[in-house]
Amino acid sequence: MKKLEIYDPAMCCSTGICGVEVDPVLVAFNADLQWLAGQGVEVSRYNLSQEPQAFAANPAVLKEIDAGMERLPLTLVDGQVVATGAYLSRAQLVQKLGLAPVPIQAADPFPVQVSTACCKPGGGCC
Amino acid sequence: MAIPLVATRHFFFTGKGGVGKTSLSCATGLALADAGRRVLIVSTDPASNLDEVLGVALGQTPTAIPDAPGLFALNIDPEAAAHDYRERMVGPYRGILPAAAIASMEEQFSGACTVEIAAFDEFSKLLGEPAATAQFDHVIFDTAPTGHTLRLLTLPSAWSEFIDSSTGGASCLGPLAGLEKQKALYAATVARLADPAETTVVLVSRADTAALREAERTRAELAALGVSNLQLALNGVLAVAATDDPIATAMMARGAEALAGMPAGLARLPITSTPLLALGTVGLDALRLMADPERAAPLRSALENDTALPSRLSALVDELAQAGRGVILTMGKGGVGKTTVAAAIAVALAQRGHAVQLSTTDPAAHVAEAIGTSVPGLSVGRIDPAAEVAAYQAEVLAKAAPNLDANGLAMLEEDLRSPCTEEIAVFRAFARAVDAGQEGFVVLDTAPTGHTILLLDAAEAYHREVSRTQGEMPEAVRQLLPRLRDPALTRVLIVTLAEATPVHEAERLQADLARAGIEPFAWVIDQSLLASGTGHPLLRERGAAEIPFIRRVADQLGRRCALIAWLPEAPVGVAGLAQLTQ
Repeated sequence: MKKLEIYDPAMCCSTGICGVEVDPVLVAFNADLQWLAGQGVEVSRYNLSQEPQAFAANPAVLKEIDAGMERLPLTLVDGQVVATGAYLSRAQLVQKLGLAPVPIQAADPFPVQVSTACCKPGGGCC
Repeated sequence: MAIPLVATRHFFFTGKGGVGKTSLSCATGLALADAGRRVLIVSTDPASNLDEVLGVALGQTPTAIPDAPGLFALNIDPEAAAHDYRERMVGPYRGILPAAAIASMEEQFSGACTVEIAAFDEFSKLLGEPAATAQFDHVIFDTAPTGHTLRLLTLPSAWSEFIDSSTGGASCLGPLAGLEKQKALYAATVARLADPAETTVVLVSRADTAALREAERTRAELAALGVSNLQLALNGVLAVAATDDPIATAMMARGAEALAGMPAGLARLPITSTPLLALGTVGLDALRLMADPERAAPLRSALENDTALPSRLSALVDELAQAGRGVILTMGKGGVGKTTVAAAIAVALAQRGHAVQLSTTDPAAHVAEAIGTSVPGLSVGRIDPAAEVAAYQAEVLAKAAPNLDANGLAMLEEDLRSPCTEEIAVFRAFARAVDAGQEGFVVLDTAPTGHTILLLDAAEAYHREVSRTQGEMPEAVRQLLPRLRDPALTRVLIVTLAEATPVHEAERLQADLARAGIEPFAWVIDQSLLASGTGHPLLRERGAAEIPFIRRVADQLGRRCALIAWLPEAPVGVAGLAQLTQ
């Protein structure tokens, strides 16, 4: 079984809905992860502010954040870093995981954006 | 009845800072103890002066109050609790994770919600576990959790999703990753709070229109959550025989007017009224007088005032005018007069020939209406927080709703009622207002907190570095940060009253701004009875009680300080505002 790990920056919640400006990227990404879990992928997700032990325990992750916090979020497939600094789309995740390509979905309804919401990386109204 | 009469085992006092929650809690607890009951008073207010009011150094366990058999108190600082929690989460990773990672974790745990939930956690230990307070007949809390906290904690979806999976949403409970074991305790706490046989919630207000409006908002919010055993306590009501002192006469007339216009929802509650007392409310003698005001000793007829008062507001306006342009922000908690001070400064600058843009969040919009277009060079705009928030919520829901299930949507809607929502929504309007006037002066009666500024800074840095994102931070917002941090351009004025709680709260505001690298230009002490020239003995005593707070602000807290007297004529309209800067 393929193993997918996501290492998020410090944020309030990984769904992106706890801020005032919901980050649609996070909402969509969360839905994608749940879909992948349904496809049999073993999905783990770690938030720096809540699960720092996962960061500390993984040398590959430590190496990335030593290089700079902007490397987060990290995407790891079977322990290998496959993407840094951004959340992948569902199609990209499928490709990195080597799954059968999915039929083209309706276009991502949300533009990618960085908001000032409280659960943004480095934020923390909560 | 001068103080609330309570039959239930628990009671909470809630209201804006400075209305007298701690004093009334203590007076009520003392009256019960004097009647032979065993009473515990608990403060979880970070700006608490419970120690000062009871005259005893308190800690995190019940301390017996000397000379009040049966009365105990404890003081919990939720900021200390939040700090402990933050250390528990972050401390073990110092030296293991890079410093930048540690810093980003710490800021995550520095917000208002962490403190609010930490306070609730402390409530729960006392309220949700009956054994913790078994030896007391009554437990009195001088603060109450907000409706937002209660709603959040009663949303079953928040807890179940949070506990079930690391990919599920935890809403603003996010920072509480270490507290999930408390679920049953929190549920018991919320249930006990809503049980009218066990708990009474006392809404504390002044005889003041804005304070009553705030109390009504809280009443409606609690009622919607099923908290029905409510009372209204009016504190500090000036009730003296007819007098020819213009200050006392004007103060009574204003109080009577506010009470005549009391919202209907409040008017239906049981109401008590505690008179304004000469001695203030520090010490057991003063607290016993609150319950039994007829016993008050005759007033001292002669009072010496030999403290040097800070200069008047006009001197500060002179200094502000020298720059010829700039952004002037008045900051302070509700009720201290920051809108009035902002308007007075704007009018005075315009009358000196400067172009001035005044933006106010004053909910009643009285200021904007009263000034209108009558001062050449002055234009007045209004930031309506309710409209800004509504527009913002609609925008967020429209974007996110298609991707959320019913639980997710309920959590999102609740999150959008959080205090952060209003702060960020107003922040955007604030950025537009600052951007609008780079030529002359921009005067605003609102400003983002240091926490919001740091948050924005982090988001901006993130945006700069993550070039793959397509979204744009609005240009006005990007420009705002350097402008706010430029002392030659932006002048922050902290407005306060010369009383204990408002000064404590203003100090916290100053500390928060310091965290974001902003130092206030000056402090303004508003509504000073000491400087009012009143001849009424009661008000003269109250004025004398201001002296230690005036000294603290003028000598220690502010680089500059101005003082405004309590004015018998309300500072409304151009002529009324001109009184402040003459």
